[in-house]
Amino acid sequence: MAKDLISTLADLKETEALEIVQERLSAGDEPVHILDDARRALEIVGKRFADCEYFIPDLVYSGEILKAITNIVKPKLTKAAEAKRLGKVVVGTVAGDIHDIGKDIVVFMLDVNGFEVFDLGIDVPVQKFVDTIKETGSTVVGLSGFLTLAFRSMKETIEAIEKAGLRNKVRIMIGGGQIDEQVKSFTGADAYGKDAMEAVKLAKGWIGG
Amino acid sequence: MEKKWEEMSAEEKREARFKTWLSAEGVQFQSPEAEASYKAAIMRLKDAVLMEKAPDRVPVFPLGTFMQGHLYGVTSYESMYDYGKLLSAHRRFLQDFKPDYYGSPAFIGSGKILEILGYKQYKWPGHGVSENSVYQYVEGEYMLAEDYQALIDDPSDFWLRTYFPRVFGALEPLTNLTPFPNLWEVVGVSGWMIPFGIPPVQGALKALMEAGNEAMAWIQQIMGFEMEVRGMGFPTAIGGAAKAPFDILADTLRGTRAVMSDMYRRPDMVLKAVDRLTPLYVKQGVGMATFFGNPVVFIPLHKGADGFMSDQQFRTFYWPTLKALILGLGKEGCVPFLFCEGSYNTRLEYLTELPKGSCFWVFDRTDMAKAKTLLGNTICIGGNVPAGMILTGTAEQVKAYCKSLIDVAGKGGGYIMAFGTAMDEGKADTVHAMIDFTKEYGVYK
Repeated sequence: MAKDLISTLADLKETEALEIVQERLSAGDEPVHILDDARRALEIVGKRFADCEYFIPDLVYSGEILKAITNIVKPKLTKAAEAKRLGKVVVGTVAGDIHDIGKDIVVFMLDVNGFEVFDLGIDVPVQKFVDTIKETGSTVVGLSGFLTLAFRSMKETIEAIEKAGLRNKVRIMIGGGQIDEQVKSFTGADAYGKDAMEAVKLAKGWIGG
Repeated sequence: MEKKWEEMSAEEKREARFKTWLSAEGVQFQSPEAEASYKAAIMRLKDAVLMEKAPDRVPVFPLGTFMQGHLYGVTSYESMYDYGKLLSAHRRFLQDFKPDYYGSPAFIGSGKILEILGYKQYKWPGHGVSENSVYQYVEGEYMLAEDYQALIDDPSDFWLRTYFPRVFGALEPLTNLTPFPNLWEVVGVSGWMIPFGIPPVQGALKALMEAGNEAMAWIQQIMGFEMEVRGMGFPTAIGGAAKAPFDILADTLRGTRAVMSDMYRRPDMVLKAVDRLTPLYVKQGVGMATFFGNPVVFIPLHKGADGFMSDQQFRTFYWPTLKALILGLGKEGCVPFLFCEGSYNTRLEYLTELPKGSCFWVFDRTDMAKAKTLLGNTICIGGNVPAGMILTGTAEQVKAYCKSLIDVAGKGGGYIMAFGTAMDEGKADTVHAMIDFTKEYGVYK
């Protein structure tokens, strides 16, 4: 009898988790079920992170294990897993800034908490945020930045969203290295989050869920 | 008769290093006032750090990277490529703002040298990021998981034949070199020289010579500037530099994501690697402090901050070698300057293990009241003026913030006024407010 993938992965036991995946595939289990369990495990990881039981290395490592599982399972996948999503969030590191560790943690936490996240990456031009909001109909935008020059890029991004007539359709949160309440006022964002848990709380408050 | 260096205690060595710093060898002071101001600034830092008595007032050290250029309309690109423009901005900054110490323009480095070498580990203004942006680290695995043993066996060989070829495009051919210890006696000499005859290796050597020529042009201007501003009465608060061994592994070599997984996948290798690296960085700090005649060794801290690892991971992977680095530098009379971005609230207890007056810590978002309570009798703390307030706030706000820092963290001495981070940009009114207010309000009576 194979051990429980959800708890094994949530406890970050890489070797055991990969063995379970192999066993379940050999036993003819649906790849979709395996990925679904992996997703539930990552939800637990996210919860433990929010409870300060896990830290950034645990999050990163869980992502690494998931990557390994996906590599095994993907070739055998016949249909895609469809998870019900709470709402759409656009996230990116603003123009001029190429830092992604903090942004990736926010994306991870939003994802495991049930949001559909459009991750635009780093050094994202202002127009790309505007276009993605239009294309996806996202109602929440997360702007990330580590450097102080990101303050200005955030302000410019928010002004461009306003100019495109989208400002009343989205709620905007900012975060990263030197961001605080003061910077929030400067940029014209709706809120700032000091960590990824606050990003989730803000998105849930705005979208529901 | 004076004691020999080897016979001196750590305290005697430190005293000797401060004496060298105060002697300002080779500096032509512009006036007796400039000389007095120079020496007073050093004594101010010394008193703040040693924690034996309160200094005359709170020292103020506004550390910047591209800030000085930014305040005077010099783009980041120009700061890296036009040394004259950079130095003129730094000179004007010192004349206008009069901080206690100058931050060396050498922090910026030369974009030309990075270009000659085809540097890949950072993007810099005009190379991957805009001319107004600043240099930024590119996350990557510059050392692979399978390289651990090679690093542990022989770090210098690893740096030369693996790390350099990966981070400098122009030095890729150095992979062809033979390890140095392979040359032993007459039979080894001829064969060992063969790689130096390969045209691509010769190309790499030419690139190194070209980079060396540019480095000479750069350092001549920088040193000319440094001697001049010392003559104006400003010492630099930094003599040497070193890094926490775990940060060398996490930033310089493996990259953030890889090292985080390594703590699970190969914890023994991580521990062996940081142990192996520790004495190398004690040596770097001591060597630079000696060369520049200034005991302060700057150590920027990264991956041990709150949230970046658990307490157990900090205790296992980060703290033991950082502590060994701090103590190793202290043993040679150096004064480590820990520059601690992010927050360190969950790590402050560890700092109580450090001997009184052995180092100083400049914090970013750490709870300063908590830090003062825990460290107030032993370790000098500093910083915590928020970058956001400096860049988007008012002078009045900054004064009020600095007042509370001086009242709380500065009570009885042991505090240095500083930004929480090394500033890439500045705003004249708020930077002035921080410096001027500290000079006025921060006087100990």
